[in-house]
Amino acid sequence: MAALTRYLRNPAAVLGAVLLLLVLAVALAAPVLFPKDPLGLAGRPLQWPFANPKVWLGTDASGRDIAAQVFHGARVSLLIGLVATVIAIAIGIAVGAVAGFYGGIVDDALMRVTEAFQTLPNFLLLLVLVAVFGSDITTVTVAIGLVSWPAPARLTRAEFLSLRNREFVQACRVLGMGDARIIAREILPNALPPVIVYASVVMAVAILLESALAFLNLSDPNVASWGNLIGAGRGVLRTQWYVSAIPGLAILVTVLAVSLVGQGLNDAFNPRLRGPAPVKTAS
Amino acid sequence: MTILLLALRRLAASLPTLLVILAGLFLLLQLAPGDTVDALMAQMGGGDPATAEELRRYYGLDLPAAAQLARYLWRLVQLDLGQSAIYGKPVATVIAERLPVTLMLMGASLSLAFLGGIVLGVLAARRIGQWPDTLISTLGLMFYATPSFWFGLMGIVLFAIHLGWLPAGGIEEVGAGHTGLARILDIARHLVLPTLTLALVFLATYLRIMRASMLEVMSLDYVRTARAKGLGETGVIVHHALRNALLPMVTLVGLQAGTMLGGSVVVESVFALPGLGRLAYESVVQRDLNTLLGIVFVSALLVITVNFVVDLIYGRLDPRIAAGR
Repeated sequence: MAALTRYLRNPAAVLGAVLLLLVLAVALAAPVLFPKDPLGLAGRPLQWPFANPKVWLGTDASGRDIAAQVFHGARVSLLIGLVATVIAIAIGIAVGAVAGFYGGIVDDALMRVTEAFQTLPNFLLLLVLVAVFGSDITTVTVAIGLVSWPAPARLTRAEFLSLRNREFVQACRVLGMGDARIIAREILPNALPPVIVYASVVMAVAILLESALAFLNLSDPNVASWGNLIGAGRGVLRTQWYVSAIPGLAILVTVLAVSLVGQGLNDAFNPRLRGPAPVKTAS
Repeated sequence: MTILLLALRRLAASLPTLLVILAGLFLLLQLAPGDTVDALMAQMGGGDPATAEELRRYYGLDLPAAAQLARYLWRLVQLDLGQSAIYGKPVATVIAERLPVTLMLMGASLSLAFLGGIVLGVLAARRIGQWPDTLISTLGLMFYATPSFWFGLMGIVLFAIHLGWLPAGGIEEVGAGHTGLARILDIARHLVLPTLTLALVFLATYLRIMRASMLEVMSLDYVRTARAKGLGETGVIVHHALRNALLPMVTLVGLQAGTMLGGSVVVESVFALPGLGRLAYESVVQRDLNTLLGIVFVSALLVITVNFVVDLIYGRLDPRIAAGR
């Protein structure tokens, strides 16, 4: 409760929550307001925004409704961001928990793998994964999750390292509890808060990674993704720059909302550590 | 000298990491449909299965995966990255041609982001809670949330198309025949927009870290001592606080070296720069996995090198690290 009050007293955090709710509302409203296929023909191509009330954000070079694509794009971005984040956090927690709890050789081996992932530029690794496994939306989402887990893993490991020799853990050992139960039921709940807060960074990065991939035409061309639309607008950038500009603003608002909420949560749960939000490590 | 030893030990510790990367990538590519021979055959316009079989034997593709991995690693030790299917040249040559542009882009962006981050971070920390701080922090948040390719595109619209101040893409004026200084200036002009595009995201992170780090250092006792002995605010910051506040920034450079390389893939594609990132993109589109693997290998080497340098700088900034361990 105290945390909630602190959150609500932070104007930036409240703004983030409002923006996030707005994006969520847009995503939910998309099938209601634009029931037709957003990638279908909507009218004459390259109509400017606010020129035609039927397609109020205009149309792109193939005559598709930009507003419909932006609305449906919110669904795609949020979904990819959310699923990829869940995958990354799940792997990160599993690796970090085992490494931090057992230490020694297990820790060394797992940290070598983590370092390997961190040494590789994650966007390059993403390109390799897409090149090998193809680029339908499921593959892209899983691939983004697979390149994003090292940071959560390190965070979880650090928490486990500081918690594993505490008295309550020793008490559990004396009681004869198994390792799995101590890890999952006793230590994890205590280690979770910073990892959950960090999830906002992972999600912001995941959304940006997908949009960059889609912009390069390497994501699923059959979904109305903001990145796809920006990429499609490149050909007419010289004159109809709005085709690329509008979906870019949508990405900006979404990532800003996620980051603000994450930072707000961080400040609300660690009021004494009003330090910087964790560092973003992606394009 | 201790710091050099320390850094060298860290460098040696990154060798197993590199091995993990290479083995992982190699296994990953085993999963990819089609191999080098398929690509070659396609390039030759098809051929009979007997020829394909012979070629596979020639390239050692008929051996078990473990033996192939060993051969592959041995070739890498000799810096032989294999043959690029689409360029018809050794991968090492193709990469060497593209590397300078990427290094220039990364170097310029890193310098801009680093220096800009220091200046803006210190300004924000000095005026904490007042309008300069609010303005700088807000700008930082916006840069942080903006996709870099979109920044690039909007930069092209504004500065290249509408204002006509800067070129929209490419690394130099083709056919202008510039030489010497004129050519350098021409390339610099072409690099302004890409550098800004790549740097802004990192500038956002750097200024945030610098601000926080500066605030922390400024609250320490030795800064109070420096003030108490009558030093002006600028003197305190420049001679006392800055050096310690820089430590997290330097760490960040090492951490984000890989990210910056990843970002250059997108930026080079936006501005049609003939760099490593653009090459990575082309090799994905054209399924030239040999080249892609080579780029990843070189990128990993680059990241490891940057971290080695960061370790050295760290020792210079904080002598305790060199003396203590």
